[in-house]
Amino acid sequence: MARHVVAPAAEIPPGGRKVVEAAGKRIVVFNLEGEFFALLDRCPHQGGALSGGILCGLTQSEEPGTYRFSRSGEFIRCPWHQWEFDIRTGKSWFDPRRTKVRQFPVAVEEGAALVEGPYQAETFPVRVEDSYVVLEA
Amino acid sequence: MTTAAIDCDLHPAVPGVATLLPYMDDYWRHTLVERGIEVLESSSYPPNAPSSVRADWRGPKGGAPSTVAQLQAQALDRWGAAAGILNPMFPVQLPFSRDMSAAMARAVNDWVRAEWLDRDARLRASILLPNGVEEAVAEIERLAPDIRFVQGMVLCMGEIPLGRREWWPVHAALEKHGLPLAIHAGSAWRHPPTSVGWPSWYVEEYTSNSYGFQASLASLVTEGVFQKHPGLKVVLVESGVSWLPGFLWRLTKSWKGVRFEVPWLDRPPAEIVRDHVRMTIRPFDAPEDGETVSRLLDHLRSDEMLLWATDWPHAHFDGDATVPPGFPEGLLPKIMVDNPRATYARLREGGSA
Ligand code: FES
Repeated sequence: MARHVVAPAAEIPPGGRKVVEAAGKRIVVFNLEGEFFALLDRCPHQGGALSGGILCGLTQSEEPGTYRFSRSGEFIRCPWHQWEFDIRTGKSWFDPRRTKVRQFPVAVEEGAALVEGPYQAETFPVRVEDSYVVLEA
Repeated sequence: MTTAAIDCDLHPAVPGVATLLPYMDDYWRHTLVERGIEVLESSSYPPNAPSSVRADWRGPKGGAPSTVAQLQAQALDRWGAAAGILNPMFPVQLPFSRDMSAAMARAVNDWVRAEWLDRDARLRASILLPNGVEEAVAEIERLAPDIRFVQGMVLCMGEIPLGRREWWPVHAALEKHGLPLAIHAGSAWRHPPTSVGWPSWYVEEYTSNSYGFQASLASLVTEGVFQKHPGLKVVLVESGVSWLPGFLWRLTKSWKGVRFEVPWLDRPPAEIVRDHVRMTIRPFDAPEDGETVSRLLDHLRSDEMLLWATDWPHAHFDGDATVPPGFPEGLLPKIMVDNPRATYARLREGGSA
C-alpha cells in the first residue's frame, strides 16, 4: 500500500465529500466534523457510486412507533437502491457483517511534512503552509 | 400416513342460522327469527362452486357436510389422523353490526364445542373471532380456558390491515394465552378483493386471496407486531404456498432501501416471517412435478413453515391423495407431526376436555 496525497484538506469542508483517484481506484473522501473517512466509491450491491448518494443519519427504535434519530450526516445512502452505509466503518446498517464497502486509512498531514517524505501528489503542487488529505491505497 | 398426523384445516359447516339459535341469548334468538335471517352465505365460498365442497362429500341435497359422523367417515377415520383442527367458516365477518357479529361468533364457537369437540376427543378448534376488537378480545378470554381451542381465526381480507395498532389488543390476548393467529382465506367484503376495484368473476376473486394474504403479512411485519409480541405465531390457512418466496424476496429487497421508515425491524422481513409464520399445504398452488416442488421448498429456506392439512371438505384432490403431488416423502413426518406440534403449544399439552 502506498500513501497518496489526494487533495488539499480545505477542499473538503465539514459535511463535504470529494471523489479522488488513488492506485487506480475511485475513492470518496468524507469530512465528518473535521474527521476524514475514505470509502471505495462503489456500492457492494450493484456498483452504484456512493458519492452521488444523500447523507443521512441513523434511525433506530426501541419499539414500534418510537423513533430515535442520531449521528446526523454520518451515513451515506447509495443513490441506486438506498442502502445505508456507515461512513465511519463502511458497514451497511441492515447487514453489517456481510455487506460492507471497502474502507481506506486516511489522515491529514501538514504540507511541511509532506515535501520531505516519500509521498506522491500527482495532480497538484504541495505547499509547505497548507495541509493535505493523505490516503493509503 | 403416520398415525400421529395432525390435520390443520377442517371445515365444519353450519347448516343454517337455525342451528345456531340454541346457542344465542333470548334477544338474538328472537331478533334473528323476527328479521328472517335464515341463512348467511359469503360469496367467498359459493355453495354450488365445485371447489367449495368435494362432490362425493356433499349431502343428499348437495349441502356441505355438517356433522362429526361425516367428518369421521370422510376424513378423520379414513385417513387415521391423531388430531384435527376445526376452522368454522360461518361468515360472522359479514354483519356490519359489531354486536351481531359477536353474537354469531359466540354461537358458532359454542356450537363447535358442544357438537364437535365434545363428540370426538381428537378434535381441536379455532376461536372464530368477530369483527370488533373488544369483542374479539372478549371471545378469546371467554374460550381460552378450554385448551381444545388452539388458535384465534380471522379472514385475510377484513376491515383493516391486521398489523395496525387497533388490532394489537387481539395480538396481545392471543400471545398471552399461547394461541396463534390463524388467517384464513376469505373476505368480510368491506373492500374490493383486488386493489384496483371489483372483479367480475369468481376466478378473479378466488385468486385475489393471495393478495389479501400478502397485504396482511406485510402489515403484520412492517407494523412491528412481532417485535411487540415476540411470542405470537401466525398460521396462514388455505393461503396457497408458492407465492410466498417471491413475495418475501420483494418485501425484503425493498426494506433494505427504506429500513429507516420502519426502524423497529431488527432483521430482514423474510427472516421474521420464517420465524413467526406457518402455512397449511392445501391449496399448494404449485406444478405437480417433484423437481419443481423441491425447488419451491428450497426457496422457502425453511422446512418448519408448512403444516399438513386436507382442507376437508373443500375440493383439492380426488380419493385419498392427501399430500400434494411431487411433495417429498421425507418431509411428511415434519409437516404432519413436528411442525403442527411446534406451532400449537396446546397440542403439546394434550388438551382433552
Ligand atoms: S447499488 Fe447500491 S444499493 Fe444497490
